[in-house]
This record gives sequence, C-alpha cells and structure tokens, in this order.
Amino acid sequence: MTAAIAGIGATEFSKDSGRSELALAAHAGLAAITDAGLRPSDVDGMVTFTMDANAETALARELGVPELTFFGRVPYGGGAACAVVAHAAMAVATGAASTVLCYRAFNERSGRRFGQVHTPDGVDNGWHYPMGLVTPAASVAMFARRYQHEYDVTSEDFGRVAVLDRRAAATNPNAWFHGRPITLADHQASRWIVEPLRLLDCCQETDGAVALVVTTVDRARDLPRHPVVIAAAAQGSAADQFTMHSYYRDDLTGLPELGLVGRALWAGSGIGPEDLSALVLYDHFTPFVLVQLEELGFCARGEARHLLADGTLELDGRLPLNPHGGQLGEAYVHGMNGITEAVRQLRGTAANQIRDAEHVLVTAGTGVPTSGLVLSR
Amino acid sequence: MIEEAARELAARGESARRVARDPVNLPMIRNWTEAIGDDNPTYEHYAPPAMAQVWTMPGLAGQRPADDPLGAMVAVLDEAGYTSVVATDSEQTYHRYLSPGETVEVSSRLDGVTGPKRTALGEGWFVTTRSTWYVGDEPVAEMMFRVLKFRPSGVAGTAIRPAVSSDTEFFWAGTALGELRIQRCGGCGRLRHPPGPMCPSCRQTRPGYVVAAGEGTVYSYVVHHHPPVPGRAAPFVVALVELTEGVRMLAELVGVPPSEVHIGLEVRVGFSRVDGELTLPVWRRR
Ligand SMILES: [Zn+2]
Repeated sequence: MTAAIAGIGATEFSKDSGRSELALAAHAGLAAITDAGLRPSDVDGMVTFTMDANAETALARELGVPELTFFGRVPYGGGAACAVVAHAAMAVATGAASTVLCYRAFNERSGRRFGQVHTPDGVDNGWHYPMGLVTPAASVAMFARRYQHEYDVTSEDFGRVAVLDRRAAATNPNAWFHGRPITLADHQASRWIVEPLRLLDCCQETDGAVALVVTTVDRARDLPRHPVVIAAAAQGSAADQFTMHSYYRDDLTGLPELGLVGRALWAGSGIGPEDLSALVLYDHFTPFVLVQLEELGFCARGEARHLLADGTLELDGRLPLNPHGGQLGEAYVHGMNGITEAVRQLRGTAANQIRDAEHVLVTAGTGVPTSGLVLSR
Repeated sequence: MIEEAARELAARGESARRVARDPVNLPMIRNWTEAIGDDNPTYEHYAPPAMAQVWTMPGLAGQRPADDPLGAMVAVLDEAGYTSVVATDSEQTYHRYLSPGETVEVSSRLDGVTGPKRTALGEGWFVTTRSTWYVGDEPVAEMMFRVLKFRPSGVAGTAIRPAVSSDTEFFWAGTALGELRIQRCGGCGRLRHPPGPMCPSCRQTRPGYVVAAGEGTVYSYVVHHHPPVPGRAAPFVVALVELTEGVRMLAELVGVPPSEVHIGLEVRVGFSRVDGELTLPVWRRR
C-alpha cells in the first residue's frame, strides 16, 4: 500500500453531546487535520458512512475546505469503519485526491438510539422486523444461540470479552467506563436484553465523532507525525449475504465475510496472524468477538473461549485485544475509535501502550458486509 | 399463566363486602334523576333500581380494594401485554326497591376469563365479574360486568410492516389466506426463502411458489426482553425454523413458555392477523 494515516481526531465521548452532529464532525475533522500538521485547505477528499447524517458538502463548508475532487460513502453501518480508510487509500493511490478526511459523527445516545426499536425500509428487513426481531442485539442473539449450541459455549464465555474490554477501559482516561472495571459475576448478574445476550454483552450508545486523515506515505513522511502505514485494507461480502440477518446459509456459526477480509489482509500485507502486536476487533456484541478470532485464524472453530480464558488477549498477554477498552468500554463510534486506537498504539501514544507495537489488525462491524485494516509502524 | 391466574382468582369467590359511603338518601336520588331526566314521582319514595352501583361508588379519590377481582385480573393482563381496555357489556338484576335510610354493601367475584380472542381491536381476553349488593344478608341487586382487555398490536399503525415488492407479494398474499408459501423456481424447481426475482441457480426469472406443509424444527431462537416492542409483551420468542421443505424462515414462536423452547423443538405454522392488510406467520408447538 502507498497510503498512510497522517492525523487523527475525536470529540469527547459522552451520552449527551449538547451539540449537533455536524458540530461534532467539524470538531473531530479539524482535530484530525491539525494533528496531521495540515490545514483544511489541504483536504481534497472525504469519505464517510452511508449512515452518517453529515453531508460532505456541509462538513466542507464548516471546515472551510474549498474544493473536493473525491467523495464517497460506504454502506452497511459499522461494516464501513475500515472501508472508509480503504476507499481513502485507493483515492490517494490513484491520484483521485491527495488528502482525504474520513469521519463518523453521531448523537447515537441522545439522538437516534440504535438499541431501540426501528422500522427500517427495504424488502430484506421485511422477513425479520415484522416478526419481532427488531434490534441489533436480537439479530446477533440468533447467531449467538446457534454458536452456543454447536460449540457448548456459555454466557460466561461471552462475558469474558466484556470483562477484558472493561479492564482496559478502566485505565484509559478517554473511555466512558474509565475507572469502572467489571467482574464476570457482574456480567452474569446483568439483566437479559435478548437471550442469550445480557446487558453487559451489548456495547454502549455514544455521542461523539472520530475523524482521520489519509494521504500518501511519501507525503505523510514530510508531516510532523510518524506515519502509520496502511499495510492492507479490504472489504468483504460473502455468499448469501444479508445485513444482520445472514440466517439462510448452511452454517450460522461463522462470519465468512470477515474470513474473506482476513485472507485479503494477510495476502495484501504479507503480515500474518503471528506477526501482530495487538488486535482491535469490533465488539458491538460479545459473541462475534469469539467468532472473529476463529474466522481470522487465531484459533480453531469453537475454541476462542479458551483464548479468552487463558490470558492470551489481556493487556499483558501475548496478543492484547482492544487495549482502549473497545466499544464496550471506550465508546461506540461505529468502529472508528478502534482505528484511531491502532494509530496511537503504532505511534506509541496510547493510554494502555503495548510495548514495541509494530502491526495492529483492526476489524469493522460484524454480521454485515465488513472490512478490515492492517496498520504498521 | 393467564388462565392459571384466572382460575385462582375465581376460586377465591366473593371479595370482602364494601359498605356504601352513605345510606340511600333523597338528595342523591334527586341529583341523579335530574341528571338522567327521569321525573317518575315514585322516586320521591324509593331509589331508582339502576342506582344500585351509585351507592357503593368509592368517590373521586377512592381506590379499588386489594381483593377486588377485576383489579387483580386487569393487573395480570396488563403484565401479559394486554394493556388496553374497553367495557363490552353489562347486565343488572334488581330484586327489590331500596328506600332512603337503607345501607347497602357490595361484593364482587370473578366469573370467568376467556381468550385469547381475535377482535377488531386486537387480540384480547374477556373478563367477566359479578357484583352483588346486599342489605344485611339479603341480596338486593346483581350485576354482570364484562370488559375486553386487549393487546393494542392489532390497531393499525403500531405493527411493524414489511416492505413488499412485486417479488415478495405472493408470500404476504399467502399468509392472508392461511398459506405459507415458499418460492419455487419455474426453471429448475429450487425452493428459496427469502424469495427474489432471479433464481441464483439457473438465472431464470420465472418464480412460482409451493404451499409449505408448515412444519419444521427450531434451528435457533432468541428471547426478547428489552427494549419494549410495540404490540408485543416481553418476554417473547422469535425462532428461526428449518421447514421440512429445507428452507429456513423466521417468525414469532407463540404459546410456548421461553423456558421450554429449545433448538430442535418441533413446530407448526399458524397465522396471526394484524389487520386487513397484514397477516404474520407464527410458530406453535407441534
Ligand atoms: Zn432455477
């Protein structure tokens, strides 16, 4: 790859920002541009999520970005997280733009809450929502039940993801759950949301914004920050893919679209699972963290629960997982805060810094067409 | 659960007698007959029989007694999601006239609870109570009172509706007729759910359908607790079912307590009519 992440920015993570989503996007965007040592007038491209309410034109007006030669959007909710960086990298690689601002901003707690009941359009949704399967938690719970059934996985196995995330968040001052670790007993005592998911299996709802600046590696080397190279970026949609409801495949215990992303990342970067310093796996709901570990080849099918139980993935383990606390612990900004955490780890500026971090894997939303990144120092 | 509670409440028999706030009295009779517009001169001497209930009304700030069977049954149905209420009918029987100065007492019992019934308002239960007014030990009047406690899901506008296209309308036309339809390719015969316009096996665009036998087994399921869902009372079960024809299909599983649901449970399709425009498939235990 010839592209790098040159700057990152974010707002505070809260439950009530008190500002418009556009104000959040502008704040995070300006912070990322400034962090890169650039000016808004240097930006000539923008990429965000289809779900983002802030038009590129609106954000360009606020920031005083005069001209855009490239802009695009990526669909499928949190599945877009790493994909916006992939699109930006392709734009700078082809010369469609030189400096691309990627952003995601929402008042997802004080405004439209993802955890509440919605009635989305689209014929595909008609096979699920009217029947009473009405929240993302419910959609994931259907997979989780089958996964439990086939591999004898328990609620406690899911709970270890939450405990791990909250332990890391407890020592990350930017995390919403800073200073508030939980125990497995806390997880087991938390109420059912949609069985087999408990409250503490579900990520938080957050008001906030994250932005980052992608440019060429050559250009990034001339900027003040140590560039974080995009070693590989990939998107994936697999056979018989639905959004949140890929219930009609032979097997319900995998995430083939993520397996596809993983294979592309290893092939594209020349880096394999054994070379990674840390993992940032998308954790909107705990069960899919286990499935991701299996799908990406860190362990065999049905074995991820052992990786979570044996300490491998702890901050002081061989392969730390979500050192910022993940979306369960830090904030839920549709996976974008996971990318900025990887950048901080590779710069050596993270709250829970992994020693000598060289390569970090980041994944995007699961249960939907997804994406991933391998970032390198 | 509802039927059990109803049996238990009915078995309690009559509630403790509640004494009228005031004896039968002429000023109240006058107010009532003037409001009703009844100038029958008899009511200078006797109370109108239809006033039986008036004498034991608890007043604006009054509260239902704890052992009132209607209050208890309403609470059970509220809890089960039948949160709306409408009075349907009432019959009163008078044994004799009441005279000013007499003090009446009232007592109620639960006569019966029937349901669930599909009504124009939505699915609900009819709750029938019987009240008896006494002077001393003598019954002087009786009343049968029936309400419908219903789940407001059937009310148009609250149900989540599917987006229907020309590719999928056959399915919803089927549910309205009590048929569970599975798309069948007119070219290669492949069965497919959810349906679509082009067969992914042979790429022909001649979809037809077969009517499923409607039987299958639970492949996976969830028990929804939070957040509240309009028209459904938590906890409720949604199950992904593998039909004997080989396709999977999702619907609510009704009539089975969540604790008894398991992967492999044998189910049969049923149909839940929301209104004139939408009928949903549901699973029931086979
Ligand atoms: Zn065909």
